Amino acid sequence: MGDLQDLYQQVILEHNRSPRNFREVPGATHVADGDNPLCGDKIRLWVKVTGDVIEDVGFQGSGCAISQASASVMTTVVKGKTVAEADRLFAAFHDMVTGGAVPDAKELGTKLVAFAGVNEFPARVKCANLPWHTLHAALKGDGSAVSTD
Amino acid sequence: MSTGLERVQAGPETRAKFAVERVRVDFPLLGRSMRGKALAYLDNAATSQKPRHVIDAIHRFYETLNANVHRGVYQLSEEATTAYEWGRAMLAQYLNAPSPAEIVFVRGTTEAINLVAATFGRTRIGAGDEILISAMEHHSNIVPWQLVAEERGATLKVIPMNERGELLLDQLPGLLTDRTRIVAVVHVSNSLGTVNPVREIVEQAHNRGIPVLLDGAQAVPHGPVDVQALDCDFYAVSGHKMFGPTGIGALYGRRALLETLPPYQGGGEMIASVTFAKTTYAPLPMKFEAGTPNIEGAVGIGAAVDYLQHLDWKSVAEYERDLLTYTQERLSEIPGVRLVGTAADKVSVVSFVLDGVHPHDIGTIADQEGVAIRTGHHCTQPVMDFFKIPATARASLAFYNTRDDVDRLAAAVWKARELFG
Repeated sequence: MGDLQDLYQQVILEHNRSPRNFREVPGATHVADGDNPLCGDKIRLWVKVTGDVIEDVGFQGSGCAISQASASVMTTVVKGKTVAEADRLFAAFHDMVTGGAVPDAKELGTKLVAFAGVNEFPARVKCANLPWHTLHAALKGDGSAVSTD
Repeated sequence: MSTGLERVQAGPETRAKFAVERVRVDFPLLGRSMRGKALAYLDNAATSQKPRHVIDAIHRFYETLNANVHRGVYQLSEEATTAYEWGRAMLAQYLNAPSPAEIVFVRGTTEAINLVAATFGRTRIGAGDEILISAMEHHSNIVPWQLVAEERGATLKVIPMNERGELLLDQLPGLLTDRTRIVAVVHVSNSLGTVNPVREIVEQAHNRGIPVLLDGAQAVPHGPVDVQALDCDFYAVSGHKMFGPTGIGALYGRRALLETLPPYQGGGEMIASVTFAKTTYAPLPMKFEAGTPNIEGAVGIGAAVDYLQHLDWKSVAEYERDLLTYTQERLSEIPGVRLVGTAADKVSVVSFVLDGVHPHDIGTIADQEGVAIRTGHHCTQPVMDFFKIPATARASLAFYNTRDDVDRLAAAVWKARELFG
């Protein structure tokens, strides 16, 4: 079982304190709501896609440090990537936090690898994944709220 | 104003009366370690731990008494039936029900409320009628009534509360109308700890001929309840919250009212005779107990009552009162902590939030210290909405908890503050 330092890495604490892209995106082409009813994490995500590139992305919401930091880090990482690249990152991130894969620092980058410790805290996996599920829902564009339940 | 629960002021001179170490040894699970530390179990409002007396009774039932009940002509079935009915009689005693026939075994409080909502709702609630609940209900005393209201074209009305988490009783007269068919109120709030003045609510409702259901799930872990003194018409409890097993609970119902209600579910056990033309139903309480019941559960709940009856509840109440005050003090001295639910009359349930730290993170940090607390909305989302918070951290203490458990919780909250500061 991991200890607290594994879970609450500096990157996570810092993004929780000062979330990046914590804003609505003007001219967003996609929007989705994410909800983790068990612990009350809520986020709304705005994405502006031009061609197949995620030109801008922002979020607002409230919730635990893991969900908010994950959303913040995600926005910094997927901005400028293609939708297909974002999908691949989600798959790798998901595998890492659910414990299926040794984190690939080269593919994920150090900021996403900071969430590897979540894997040791099963109750918190949903928190880390929530923003990514919401991004996925936004890009699929069916407009309905996603829930981790 | 009587609340049905024994409340006494604690003072330092009375604190030593209840010997907590003597009851702690009765609960085997409290002896286990968690993450290399002693377990501080502070989630008793979710479920309580079980004394060896209960565990042994269930064990013994399967080793020596197991057979189906109310069926066999052979001795073993008679003995199993006796054990099952003993559980009912014990619970009737704990609730001071006039007769065990007024105790209907169900899966838990949720099913007890659903039983009333289904049977009473189907026959006594119609279009334009009103159902009155309170602002601090658990979802299990909201959703069943919403379903009834939707099906029958009735309206759900709510007794409001103040910032301390106390019901605004002065609004009650205006909320009880000629269309009110039932009042369903929580005796003790699971998320705020408030002990509601239910006797007064019953009196006002009865003055207008309106029956009252009380959700007693969080009251019974803090002492015996007297349904006759409360004068309520229905009282719902869960075994697992009162140191008994999961999967068993009960509905107390006033006999005259239960007699007039239709059955809840159809099947075996609840019939007197069946032909394809017509079925006549068994007398109370079997009319409401279709199918083979939870026999081990009844034995377990009986054993739980047997255990609880050996406690001196006056000194337990003093002890819990002291624990509550101590918990509130230790948490309040942490900068940024805000207590949620500060009613004048409350049980040892303390909900709180910490500035800048989400309850879920507090829960994880506490867990690392071997301290088990609940974080979330506690199935009372309207309460969270009222206080404009998404969730709380909640420490709910039983008589087997100690000041040391509270100190360790407080240390974990300090740690959370430091980590996120």
